[in-house]
Amino acid sequence: MLEAINETLHSEMARDERIVLLGEDIGRNGGVFRATEGLIEKFGESRVVDTPISEAAIAGSAVGLAMAGLIPVAEIQFLGFSYQAMHQIAGQIARLRYRTQSRFESQITIRAPFGGGVRTPELHSDSLEAQFANIPGLKIVLPSTASDAKGLLTSAIRDPDPVLFLEPLRGYRGIRDLVPDEEHIVPLGKANLIKKGDDVVIISWSYQVELSRRVAESLEGDGISAAVLDLRSIVPLDIEALTQIVSHCGRAVVVQEAPETGGFASEIIATINDECFWSLEAPVVRVSGFDVPYPVGMLENFYVPDESRIRSAVLKTMEND
Amino acid sequence: MAKPNDKQLQMILEDMVIARTQASRLWNLQRQGQVGTIAPIDGHEAAVVGAVHALETESDWVLPQYREPLGLRRYGPEVLDTFMLYNLGHPAGGHIPDPVKVAPSQISLGASIPHAVGLAWGMSLKDEPGVVLVFFGDGASSEGDFYEAGNLAGVLKAPVILFCVNNQWAISTPTHLQTAADSFASKAEAFGIPGVTVDGNDPIAVYEAVFNARKRATSGKGPTLIEANVYRLGAHTTADDPTRYVPSDELSAAQKKDPVHTFIKDLTARGLWSDTKQDEIETAALERIDEAFEKAKNTPLSANSLMDHCFVSDTPRQLRQRSFLMDSTGKSNEH
Repeated sequence: MLEAINETLHSEMARDERIVLLGEDIGRNGGVFRATEGLIEKFGESRVVDTPISEAAIAGSAVGLAMAGLIPVAEIQFLGFSYQAMHQIAGQIARLRYRTQSRFESQITIRAPFGGGVRTPELHSDSLEAQFANIPGLKIVLPSTASDAKGLLTSAIRDPDPVLFLEPLRGYRGIRDLVPDEEHIVPLGKANLIKKGDDVVIISWSYQVELSRRVAESLEGDGISAAVLDLRSIVPLDIEALTQIVSHCGRAVVVQEAPETGGFASEIIATINDECFWSLEAPVVRVSGFDVPYPVGMLENFYVPDESRIRSAVLKTMEND
Repeated sequence: MAKPNDKQLQMILEDMVIARTQASRLWNLQRQGQVGTIAPIDGHEAAVVGAVHALETESDWVLPQYREPLGLRRYGPEVLDTFMLYNLGHPAGGHIPDPVKVAPSQISLGASIPHAVGLAWGMSLKDEPGVVLVFFGDGASSEGDFYEAGNLAGVLKAPVILFCVNNQWAISTPTHLQTAADSFASKAEAFGIPGVTVDGNDPIAVYEAVFNARKRATSGKGPTLIEANVYRLGAHTTADDPTRYVPSDELSAAQKKDPVHTFIKDLTARGLWSDTKQDEIETAALERIDEAFEKAKNTPLSANSLMDHCFVSDTPRQLRQRSFLMDSTGKSNEH
């Protein structure tokens, strides 16, 4: 997935000279994960900018760059550090178009890795997507495959509205699939039914899609036909695809890595309730992290949803079958 | 020229008098319940007007906080017209039309400083002439945004002027509780940029400071932090009662240095101002703000405006919310 992201940044920067990259260690170092490797050499220091360690200034100056007619693609080194830019992301970037009635547009992409499973220090792994989903004016995109990372990042950069592009830490090197060489665009707001099924659908985003897919495949052996829906973006939410597959299966499990309370899974279940409650044959089950701060490394495996927890949740929805 | 000529001096005073006059009308409109909360400009006129008169309106951006708009007349009538919409709470009050290089008021203190740095940086990347001047107060200088953006501006040598209007009060908090530094301008040292302190009651001194900062910025030497010392002669806002905390002797001392009165005396002595001129300008200023107010009140508004301009196009969920809104307000398709 990392190569797909890097390649997309290369091709987009070559396509549109208004694109400027800014962030910590993205230039000479090529990013702490090498997502921006080779870009400073190719596009120069004026378009690939190593900033001071200033998340608020990264997000805030991106607003100014956008006002100047440029297209900033900012990196927040880890999503947990976005707390230090929250007032600029939530208070400024997300509402720039609205508060200026489109005089200014925030064609801004903020890339940030997130998610557990790699035993990082504190605040490197937190899944904050639901917190951002409660900020109108911000699109939130979470690819689960390398191919989607390319297609969605391309769309994100070209989108006239601000996009938070969240990259799964575990997926950087752990997710490998074929990526089209040519221009590849995946529109924002279109979910992907990555596995068809008739009995139950597992709904997820980002790295949890990969786990959900493995579980769905293993359930074939139990005679359970499980579909997997990758939301790809939580804002905009593909309500139509969600409703369609839940109505078809009648059972659903929603998987998120974030804490349970106030997580985006709750939003999905509320949407199912609104749209297709009467097609349900069992209560929808959530699989989540726990309502504690993201834990230290030795506790991580207890925290992050794994295949067995997803599997148990699916079996629970099948109990009344 | 580093010094304003006679014509410029007259224009500066005109704009100061107009700002003061219109501020009093705005205060009355608020007291009549006709507009929302207002932050009066009283005491800041020389700092704001003097600063913008040293800028080139065609190329230079102004990012105000919220006390300045009445002092930005030089940027065109659109500023006041839009400001009146803003005061009414009309959404169009956030859209100062192209090509006026003024951003709408910023309520989040200090939040425009990184925007200014980014904008200035972007302009220099595009080889556009011009600078960005961002207004903020003594209180806002305690925000992280000021430090982060000032630091970044120094590193990038961005053509930006960080203009701190030190009016001695952050609502009720005096400057000695805001910082232990000798001055706000001294904070520039940490950014590796020049810090300049000026008498903000003297529009000529302010003009010169901004003129020099602008020259420095446009010649590629980077940003300047200017601290203009003024005294807030009115309340923080229409919702504030400064008699609770402003010492009356301090206020009356400050009133003796009132920038508008002082500059009137100065230009009258130079033969550049008269009572007649003053009357004419005040009358016209009131007519102008009343006209802007009437125009703002008559600007149409539909319930659709609630949903417009969040994204370029509605998300599926917003579409549903929009139709719910239209159904519940019975104003469908007014958009």
